[in-house]
Amino acid sequence: MRNWIFLLILLLAMPLAQAETAAEKGLVIITEADKRDQGWQDSSADMLMILRNRQGDESVRQIRMKNLEVIGDGDKGLTVFDEPRDVKGTAFLTYSHSLIADEQWIFLPALKRVKRISSNNKSGPFMGSEFSYEDISSFEVPKYSYLYLKDDVVNGQDCFVIETRPLYEHSGYTKSYVWIDKLEYRIQKIDFYDRKDSLLKTQVFNDYKQYLNRYWRADTVTMENKQNGKSTTLQWSNYQFKTGLTDKDFEKNDLKRQR
Amino acid sequence: MILNVKGRLGSIRCFGIILGLVVHSNSNAGEWSGYSAAEYRYFQHPSLNVEPSQQQVSVVMSPEFYHQWDDGKQSLIIAPFLRIDNEDAERTHIDLREARWLIAEENWELRLGIGKVYWGVTESQHLVDVINQTDLVENPDNEDKLGQPMINLSLFQEWGTVDLFVLPYFRERTFAGKKGRLRSQLVVDTNNASYESSSETHHIDFAVRWSHSLGDWDVGLSHFYGTNREPLLMPNQQFTALNPYYELMNQTGLEVQRTTGAWLLKLESIRRETTTETFIAATGGVEYTFYDVFESGLDVGLISEYLFDDRDDELATPFEDDVMFGTRITWNNVQSTELLVGLIQDLDSSDATWSIEASRRLGNRWKLSVEGRLFKFNQTDNALYQVRNDDYFQVELARYF
Repeated sequence: MRNWIFLLILLLAMPLAQAETAAEKGLVIITEADKRDQGWQDSSADMLMILRNRQGDESVRQIRMKNLEVIGDGDKGLTVFDEPRDVKGTAFLTYSHSLIADEQWIFLPALKRVKRISSNNKSGPFMGSEFSYEDISSFEVPKYSYLYLKDDVVNGQDCFVIETRPLYEHSGYTKSYVWIDKLEYRIQKIDFYDRKDSLLKTQVFNDYKQYLNRYWRADTVTMENKQNGKSTTLQWSNYQFKTGLTDKDFEKNDLKRQR
Repeated sequence: MILNVKGRLGSIRCFGIILGLVVHSNSNAGEWSGYSAAEYRYFQHPSLNVEPSQQQVSVVMSPEFYHQWDDGKQSLIIAPFLRIDNEDAERTHIDLREARWLIAEENWELRLGIGKVYWGVTESQHLVDVINQTDLVENPDNEDKLGQPMINLSLFQEWGTVDLFVLPYFRERTFAGKKGRLRSQLVVDTNNASYESSSETHHIDFAVRWSHSLGDWDVGLSHFYGTNREPLLMPNQQFTALNPYYELMNQTGLEVQRTTGAWLLKLESIRRETTTETFIAATGGVEYTFYDVFESGLDVGLISEYLFDDRDDELATPFEDDVMFGTRITWNNVQSTELLVGLIQDLDSSDATWSIEASRRLGNRWKLSVEGRLFKFNQTDNALYQVRNDDYFQVELARYF
């Protein structure tokens, strides 16, 4: 009889224990991925953004980005536009945070005006692309809940598949499936599900390169909208790390000097 | 048109020389950008004055040369500006919007030369923004500015940024000429400006500003001593024109913005003291934005501001007790389509100004902008009463390079 009760408790507890394991395993994998990408201090890179509509017409944005790693908080970022020419010199400064609102300023070169803007815009498109503001914002572990789902093969790599659900407000997604390779813990692919829980976009990461013998960055990132047939490709170049940028390079005053 | 341009040929030649010099001296370093544009304005009603026509065409050239060296710590900007207008000889004008050298160190920056500076947070009017003179012939919205000669030292501290300005030369405000629209009945005779200071345009102005960001708050506090950018307009003896008179002034300005969620709370206030008057003016309000409305990607912003001036004198400013409502719609599409509609309504009369501004990119290099303004003024004692017939619609096509 005792054994029976013991078995019953065990049986009842099993799904719970399993669920906990999946959440724990998800968090462990993400934490490991995050840990492997720590210590880069600062980085800069050039981004070519190619927008394609359903007819295949292309339009191009050229953007320069600088980032500063902030331990224990979200990173700081400075984004400057070179193309299209009518927005040349427009610059964004972002202090990102995990769960409280990011701080964000924009510089409008025609008026020489620095303007503090709301960071509530998460789900809206970034410069008319298929990337929304939340897709290009700095990744922080506490922003999501995690669930390990299964193993899978993507881009020829053995991957963990993790379900993530945003814990911050105003997200356009209910959940995402993230493929992380077992070899180097790099994101290979993300499926985004919209507020109605149907597949909205697929993001694929290609041409990973390693910098400073440690940090992996994908040279080509493509976001395909599964609902409207549009896509956006990011081509990254000139990645540099540990260039000596400090907090002083990420201040409101710096916006006016960007070119 | 030829007659109008004739008087300006000297300036245009000068423009060419500046361009030539910059191209030659730095052809293999630095970069060029900017735009040229064609603009067409249609005025709904005939002018109240005899000369001006109902249509106005103009072209603009606005190139910018930029060069940086010393690892980006030093840079040079040269940005000339030229407009040629088929009707208004005063609107045909040239300016050096910027010609400045910058040296930036970790804790300070120095700007020398001709520059442009923006202060403020509100949308309906820009009370605090006092460094640059308004290039009023460009647009009645007061947002176009003339280049200002300056020495500007910025000091970066833990407790904020301190900007110190020495402004050794004064720029006169531009006004529409005889054949121009958007003018008073008597033309402003910019050749007969007079000054309170005996140094006239060479009076050395000073300004200081402290600005800081603290959490949700962005704050600026400034003081300016020098020539008032806003002239008093006084009829000449024959009563055939208005002569601008520039007083000296002390102006203290405050700017505050609080950013929480989708709300922006804004306040600008000034206290201005001249020989003839002392007054306080303020603009304050809110801006709320609905982002990604119905998952369409569209942002819809609603703006409301109150405009106050304790002179309570419509001739001194039409915005003495007014309220502004506006909406800004951003499509966030490939063409960056934008629309801004605004109304400034006087609370003591039916006087009002409507404005609409919209733009979109065409391809990668072209931009189409349309603009319209309606002036509803029935009170003869309103500063804008004389432009009551100057409602206009404008199209501009610009090519960026």
